[in-house]
Amino acid sequence: MRWSFRPSRISAMGSLLWPWLCAASVALSLLMLATLLTLLATRGLGHFWPAALEEATLHSGETVIGQPVRETPLPNTAGIERLYFTGNRDIDGASWRWVALDDIDTVAVPDDLIRLERSPWGDFIGRLEAVESEGQHFEDDAAWAFVARALTLPDSQRPNAQLQLTAANGHTITQPLSGVTLFQAPNAMSWGQKVVVWSERIWQFLSEGPRAANTGGGVWPAIFGTVLMVILMSVIVTPFGVLAAIYLNEIAHQNRLTRLVRIGVRNLAGVPSIVYGVFGLGVFVYGIGGSIDSWFFEDALPSPTFGTGGLLWASLTLALLTLPVVIVATEEGLARIPDAQREGAVALGATRLEMLTRVVLPMATPAMLTGVILAVARAAGEVAPLMLVGVAKLAPQMPVDGEFPYLHLERKFMHLGYHLFDTAFHGEDVQAAIPLVFATALLLVLIVLVLNLTAIFLRHYLRRQRGNEC
Amino acid sequence: MLALSSANPTQAPVTRFSAETCCLSINQFHLAYAGKTALRDLTLDVPRHRVTAFIGPSGCGKSTLLRAINRLHDLNESVTHHGQIQLEGQDIHAPQMNVTELRRRVGMVFQTPNPFPMSIYENVAFGLRLQRRLPKRKRDDIIEWALTSAALWDEVKDRLHRSAWQLSGGQQQRLVIARTLAVQPDVLLLDEPASALDPISTLKIEELIRNLKSQLTLVLVTHNMQQAARVSDYTAFLQQGELVEYGPTDQVFTNPRLQRTENYITGRMT
Repeated sequence: MRWSFRPSRISAMGSLLWPWLCAASVALSLLMLATLLTLLATRGLGHFWPAALEEATLHSGETVIGQPVRETPLPNTAGIERLYFTGNRDIDGASWRWVALDDIDTVAVPDDLIRLERSPWGDFIGRLEAVESEGQHFEDDAAWAFVARALTLPDSQRPNAQLQLTAANGHTITQPLSGVTLFQAPNAMSWGQKVVVWSERIWQFLSEGPRAANTGGGVWPAIFGTVLMVILMSVIVTPFGVLAAIYLNEIAHQNRLTRLVRIGVRNLAGVPSIVYGVFGLGVFVYGIGGSIDSWFFEDALPSPTFGTGGLLWASLTLALLTLPVVIVATEEGLARIPDAQREGAVALGATRLEMLTRVVLPMATPAMLTGVILAVARAAGEVAPLMLVGVAKLAPQMPVDGEFPYLHLERKFMHLGYHLFDTAFHGEDVQAAIPLVFATALLLVLIVLVLNLTAIFLRHYLRRQRGNEC
Repeated sequence: MLALSSANPTQAPVTRFSAETCCLSINQFHLAYAGKTALRDLTLDVPRHRVTAFIGPSGCGKSTLLRAINRLHDLNESVTHHGQIQLEGQDIHAPQMNVTELRRRVGMVFQTPNPFPMSIYENVAFGLRLQRRLPKRKRDDIIEWALTSAALWDEVKDRLHRSAWQLSGGQQQRLVIARTLAVQPDVLLLDEPASALDPISTLKIEELIRNLKSQLTLVLVTHNMQQAARVSDYTAFLQQGELVEYGPTDQVFTNPRLQRTENYITGRMT
């Protein structure tokens, strides 16, 4: 039988299939997005929850005290093993312990188990036996009350005290109170207390500097560095991008050269970001920065001032990276403004400049903000070029401080994206890094979201101001 | 008043007015877009305080002529022209002519209403703010006068600070006329001002045009024969960039001198 083309049947099938395909694509995208955010939120925020501490007695008679983290099947269907966070790196030599479920005899959750955060040596998990302070001796409830009260005082007013602690294997150590940053008995806590502790720990994560080679502590310098860098970048890129777009769309003769420039600009948006990093390193850091050093900071040479990666060069590099985005968005906004508006202004006796500033630019402002939103979203998540032009694993000084000139553009800075990379791949304690990676990733997403929302609300405000009342 | 001199009945007659009654004088004006001729040796005078209508088929050059009077073609580099357009005896293309001053004196209203994205008040104040600083009270007076002249004041006086984009199409067009009137022009050019409007709004605009005659000179481009007959005092018929016939509206519509004009007016296009 000869195959015959029946357009009616095909189009009927098509009209049924099309909406389904489109809907399925949307559903799939949403699902992926929701999964991503849920994963980041649960793993990232769950890390700060004061989880219960278990005391497991093994068949061998040994006792393991720790926080259960996760379970994985053993190879060859030999059962399941559970990972405990046991702390006590000074006693056991490791903070983590895998225990096969088959080896466990009993599991208990006694109220008197405590968790201490201290430096050095990280967490201690075990029991508080007694406290010695200036000749006084406290035990049991009195000892707990003493430690809890002492930790509410500022560092300078804390009494000299020694904590006597017992680990799971019966080993007893003496810990000076001065090294303790957190004292917690999660099993004895009510749900409300846990929430309080949870929010306190999240706040610490947000407001403190990193400790223990980025595997502990907070990420405040990285948040600050990211936001400051993005703001600087926006301040640089917006005027350049807007002026360039105005020239291309309003002033330049619309000839072949202009079209060529426009195509060039659009294609710049597709250049891999690391290429911009290399350009920034070569031109900004070594070229311009090196020259500035040899002219103004000769005394400090050979140690570079501007001739090394820094906040200014990183912002400039990212401004260059996002310039095409701003230009294209602004140009599209300008092109959408009907010529009737321009002619209306000109016909009333406005000069070209007056027409631009009073009619065209106010109408194009939302488009410009859209460009800036896209630029911010791109810049905040960019890591590759930053590694070449100024981001640091651990910046000793913040780029803004009380010292003149307050904003130190030449300093290296920390960035959440790079911090994430560093925590994930360069830490010594991989298990401890995993929750921090999720928490940092969640934070990065949230920061981009907040920056975007700010710009979107600004755009909405401008639109409404124009649309309803002036 | 009208001195018609037609040497050849198939040629466009040259219509001249005396200097006292002539507002705009166009002399052998020729205009081309990128080498393509749009207006060919056009000569006609527009009388002061009258409504003059330009009619003709699409692409005949009537809008082009209107825009030339406002020098809007300056924005387009591909336009070339020669010949003369005089406003009250001054050549509008003369080097000493200030183009923004010319555009203040020659207002223009376009086919689609184009209010700016501002309040009604700011739309009318736009042209005023471009010129000189006025005390607020004086500016308010001018704005009220302009809106009243455009027969819009009663409809908008309670919402002057609302967005102009919330007005209806007809109201927007009257706002644009008010905006133009606020700078007190000598001439008002209207490029099919009612073609995008409903019949009621169209009637309002036509009535407005008739009323404005006492204040200034109006030039109207329209596709609508009835409209030209209803509101204009003089009518010019253009075809393919040339002036075919020009005269008092009554005469052009009831007793055209040329067959081409009669064919167009009665709808017999060949």
